Amino acid sequence: MTALAKVFSDSGVITWRNVMNVRRNPEWLLGATVFPIMFVLMFAYVFGGAIGGPGGDSVEYREFLIAGIFAQTVAFNSSYTVIGFANDLQKGIIDRFRSLPMSRFAVILGRTTADQVLSVVVLVVMSTCGLLIGWRIRGSALDAVLGYLMILLFAFALSWVGAYIGLITPSVEVANSAGLIWMFPLTFVSSAFVPQESLPGVLGTIADWNPFTAAVNATRDLFGNASPAGWPLPSGWPAENAALYAILSSVAIIAIFAPLATARYRRVASK
Amino acid sequence: MSDTDKGVAVRARGLVKHYGTTRALDGVDLEIPTGQVLGLLGPNGAGKTTTVRILTTLLLPDSGEAEVAGHDVLTDPDGVRRSIGLSGQYAAVDENLTGFENLYLVARLYGQRKPQARKRSRELLARFRLDEAADRPAKGYSGGMRRRLDLAGALVAEPSVVVLDEPTTGLDPRGRIEMWEVIEQLVATGATVLLTTQYLEEADRLADSVVVIDRGKVIARGTPDELKNQIGGERLELVVAAAEEVPLAVRVLAEVGSGEPAADERSRRVEVLVDTGTKALVEALRRLDALDVVVQDAALHRPTLDDVFLSLTGHGTTEEVPS
Ligand SMILES: Nc1ncnc2c1ncn2[C@@H]1O[C@H](COP(=O)(O)OP(=O)(O)O)[C@@H](O)[C@H]1O
Ligand SMILES: [Mg+2]
Repeated sequence: MTALAKVFSDSGVITWRNVMNVRRNPEWLLGATVFPIMFVLMFAYVFGGAIGGPGGDSVEYREFLIAGIFAQTVAFNSSYTVIGFANDLQKGIIDRFRSLPMSRFAVILGRTTADQVLSVVVLVVMSTCGLLIGWRIRGSALDAVLGYLMILLFAFALSWVGAYIGLITPSVEVANSAGLIWMFPLTFVSSAFVPQESLPGVLGTIADWNPFTAAVNATRDLFGNASPAGWPLPSGWPAENAALYAILSSVAIIAIFAPLATARYRRVASK
Repeated sequence: MSDTDKGVAVRARGLVKHYGTTRALDGVDLEIPTGQVLGLLGPNGAGKTTTVRILTTLLLPDSGEAEVAGHDVLTDPDGVRRSIGLSGQYAAVDENLTGFENLYLVARLYGQRKPQARKRSRELLARFRLDEAADRPAKGYSGGMRRRLDLAGALVAEPSVVVLDEPTTGLDPRGRIEMWEVIEQLVATGATVLLTTQYLEEADRLADSVVVIDRGKVIARGTPDELKNQIGGERLELVVAAAEEVPLAVRVLAEVGSGEPAADERSRRVEVLVDTGTKALVEALRRLDALDVVVQDAALHRPTLDDVFLSLTGHGTTEEVPS
């Protein structure tokens, strides 16, 4: 086997192991979908009337909301990587891997890939819920697939950040919160739930340049879901080139965090 | 392996490792002839795990060099990894996977193809008497079963050098004896084994040679017999009939023995090191008889490795060492 083939084969094996780990605890699907579904219901029916545009039309708002919820849900799945690494460190499993003649990079790639496998399952559940509350894909099937791929790519990039966090956290307890805490500003200071133009001052600028906003906007566009009528349309380079900006940011995040996480992995000691 | 190294599977020279200001290793040398078992013996915090981690490429030493199965740990870590199997201090078992899946995972990561990995995993499960539990998640395994599964994982690729870090710590007596049997089988297959332990009895039973370390330094080395001879003398052990007579027996043994007697009130056992063998035994019994102390049992033992440790370090093996 060539070195590259071994990297992919090892990553595949590690992905299998990580997915099996989650599957053996069937509650995970509940955990991974209950919150997002609650968010959908809360935003759509509780805040929807207030947020939902000048006409107060919450049907339009629900259509707007779904891409944001999807993107947030898969982004949150990067916490599996954070907690998974913290657990593996604590249990000595990382030592076992490090003593094997296997690719170091594959241990992390197998983790970040497993997150996306889980995300696909979660997206199927979430899409079903979306359809039930009146959300529809208005564009072509190909665009819809690209829309899903867009948020998965961005979530994949976040998993590399998660890998780095998981490898530097001192304990599983810390990892539990460290894996989630940065998700809140990242996903809320964005266009996921409200029009980004409505955010005041600095927050608005951050939301405009938040790559998460770009990923949401690109996906929303690919799904053919419009903003409610009368909402201010976002402007500026990131908004006008949402897909390009989201892809570039994802690649940049991976380019920074993949080497960081791999370097960290080489040095980590089990606790 | 180069010609000059023939017959030596593991060689470490002058290993030094600091953690902050802690000198975990302070110039450790060791050598294991191919096919032999070396017991690395020392109390908690002695530096056993640090030595193991350096030899298995998990940790870089501050200085010193080491070679495992002919591969330098610093310049050819992948070569080392291909030749070794490690069972760490804490069983590295994935609790959510079954026993079979745990081994299959390791086999695949060693580069075995699927059918081979499956076959090898089943073989090992049978050999380690885990075949009945093979398809249950490891979550439900006992401590002994986890340890055996972890050891099986170390043997997946039939490594020529096997490293076991405290394989029986935390096991109940039965689990310990089962683990010893498993290790003895492993030795019979010709593997070179580095075994760390806090139990002198364990090194005595399993190891061809022993290296005793304490606070990062080698303080003795040799075969278990050589170490016992090193402190010379024998151990005189008495059991008296009544607990009230223990202090009296202690006084008598202090007179006839060559060291401080040790006593255990509950088992009414008193012991001391003696230089003069049977002469000391007869003398002790004569004096106790004169004092009307009833002796239920009396024996002379060659010293155990526990005695060796005590005499070498001035402290016992269970005592906590400040780090
Ligand atoms: N990761 C670490 N950070 C700081 N100190 C450590 C670390 N690992 C071990 N030590 C210290 O190094 C010394 C040797 O430890 P170790 O090799 O684990 O001993 P043993 O395995 O014989 O119990 C001890 O004093 C221990 O406290
Ligand atoms: Mg140790």
